[in-house]
Amino acid sequence: MSIVVPNQQASTAPSAVDRLLARPPSNLWRDAALRFSKNKLAMAAMIVVLLMVFGSVFADVIAPNPNKSILSDTRLFPGQKGYILGTDDVGRDLLKRIIHGTRTSLLVGLSVQAIALVVGMTLGIAGGFAGGWVDFVVMRVVELFTAIPQLLFALFLISIFGGGLVNVILAIGLIGWVDICRLTRAQLFSLREKEFIEAARATGVPPLQIAIRHLLPNALTPLIIAVTLGIPTAIFTEAGLSFLGLGINEPIASLGKMVGASSSYIRVYWHMGVFPTLMIALTMLSFSFVGDGLRDALDPRLRK
Amino acid sequence: MVAYIVKRLAGLAFVFVLVSIVAFLLMHSVPGGPFDEPNMPLPPAAKANMLRKYGLDQPLYVQYLKYMGNAIQGDFGYSFSNPSETVAHVIGRTWPVSIVLGGLTSVIALGLGIIFGIVAGVRQNTWVDYVITFIATLGLTIPNFVIALWMIIIFAVQLKILPFAGWGDDWKQAIMPVIALGLGPLGMASRYTRASLTDVFTADYIRTARAKGLAEQMVVYRHAVKNALIPIITVLGPQIPNLITGTVFVETMFRVPGLGKYFVESVLLRDYPMIMALMLLIAALWGIVYLMTDLLYTMIDPRVKLT
Repeated sequence: MSIVVPNQQASTAPSAVDRLLARPPSNLWRDAALRFSKNKLAMAAMIVVLLMVFGSVFADVIAPNPNKSILSDTRLFPGQKGYILGTDDVGRDLLKRIIHGTRTSLLVGLSVQAIALVVGMTLGIAGGFAGGWVDFVVMRVVELFTAIPQLLFALFLISIFGGGLVNVILAIGLIGWVDICRLTRAQLFSLREKEFIEAARATGVPPLQIAIRHLLPNALTPLIIAVTLGIPTAIFTEAGLSFLGLGINEPIASLGKMVGASSSYIRVYWHMGVFPTLMIALTMLSFSFVGDGLRDALDPRLRK
Repeated sequence: MVAYIVKRLAGLAFVFVLVSIVAFLLMHSVPGGPFDEPNMPLPPAAKANMLRKYGLDQPLYVQYLKYMGNAIQGDFGYSFSNPSETVAHVIGRTWPVSIVLGGLTSVIALGLGIIFGIVAGVRQNTWVDYVITFIATLGLTIPNFVIALWMIIIFAVQLKILPFAGWGDDWKQAIMPVIALGLGPLGMASRYTRASLTDVFTADYIRTARAKGLAEQMVVYRHAVKNALIPIITVLGPQIPNLITGTVFVETMFRVPGLGKYFVESVLLRDYPMIMALMLLIAALWGIVYLMTDLLYTMIDPRVKLT
């Protein structure tokens, strides 16, 4: 049995992409878009994500009245009486619940990352720029938030402030900012030492302009990647909290809650659990692939 | 070395105290006390007596110091939801279950994950690599309660070869929880091992080993794998406290009477003494494991300097 040793440089014939990339003036975003569009997995995932966004925006049109228990407590298997995915434990159309549950997932994912980005970047920039005692305090707060596994921290916050959509978003956002903060701070620290910043400073560019024109754009790409990959994490945490009965309250649909509710019916009504879990898996996978694709596209140095 | 450990322990203690203060304050910020009864209020004198008995009339910092003084000696008070049992007793009853489940999973998942990672790293871009990458991606992205549900439907409902749930009556009850819990860490172990091995293959000493005519097996297993495993310790170390404490979903799904399931029940019932004790326990455990990971790392890799 011979052992295949990986080539250090995979020999690929110069493709259209390489030729285009070799062309001198272009910018980061155009290059990234081009690289991303050549990544089949990421593009497929992107299409799924866009479909989910479309379905969420128009959920009320596509799937009106998701809370209506049309058949008053009748549980139907998929395909019965025209209900494609059957009904849930209290007789609601499962397909509609899944469409609305996906909307909740996306809402949570995006809101959490928005909170995380604002809080994390603010504190990261504060620590990275001001240094001194500000940085010291920021780092101690970061340590406090990393002293406990994130999920347990979210559980703890929920135990105090209660569940519900807003509290779930706040709780997950409150634990999610830490990574963004550390990343921003680390970026600022490493960029500050780079030659092009030194050059800008030497040529007399005012500090604020250095920050806006030079530091921020360079710190932005890792942040975009972190935020994108943070979305599936937030969706997972929401689904998990709701699964445990500690997240989203009725009548708002949540995929995690559907899974939790289905476990009592698993012996007979398998579809009540299977379809929501498939949707969770699809959501997680597509957002992760988009995030990975973005990382490869935006920062080719990271590519292995 | 000693100075470093002392410094780290001091840092740990600082964070631990910070966690305990924040948790304590947050819990006491919840409106409503244990003796508030809106429908049949206690006479004020009786309520004052009750509060005095439990020390709740004292300033918050006194209550905190008292609590921590007791906690350090292992006395976390009584569980609200189960007043006949002390918190310490509940933890003593439920934690071993989690340790067994988490320990078993750690050994199997991390062991297999490293082996998978080595195989994938050595045979890059072959079908074996793709299969392993696929499994790793599934494990890393799909929540474990989703995997748990799929397994229950396949193996318990359809094939009827494994029990639905439960713990301790039959070794078969452990199979699904271990897989559900382990797939994520397995994915992580194999992904990092593969990446680390890929890095190592570009190192000069590997080229030297090849250039002096060593058999490929020797190059891979003697030189590459050994060095590739070093950085993985920092990633996998923290997985262990996660596995032996944070098994919330899997324990709930399979009705395993462990610490994770108990934590969720405490949160549902707002059993604050229980939650507080578990938070402190986990914070302490996490801190210690991180420190041990770092120490182990420096022992294995002398290039890493302690600062």
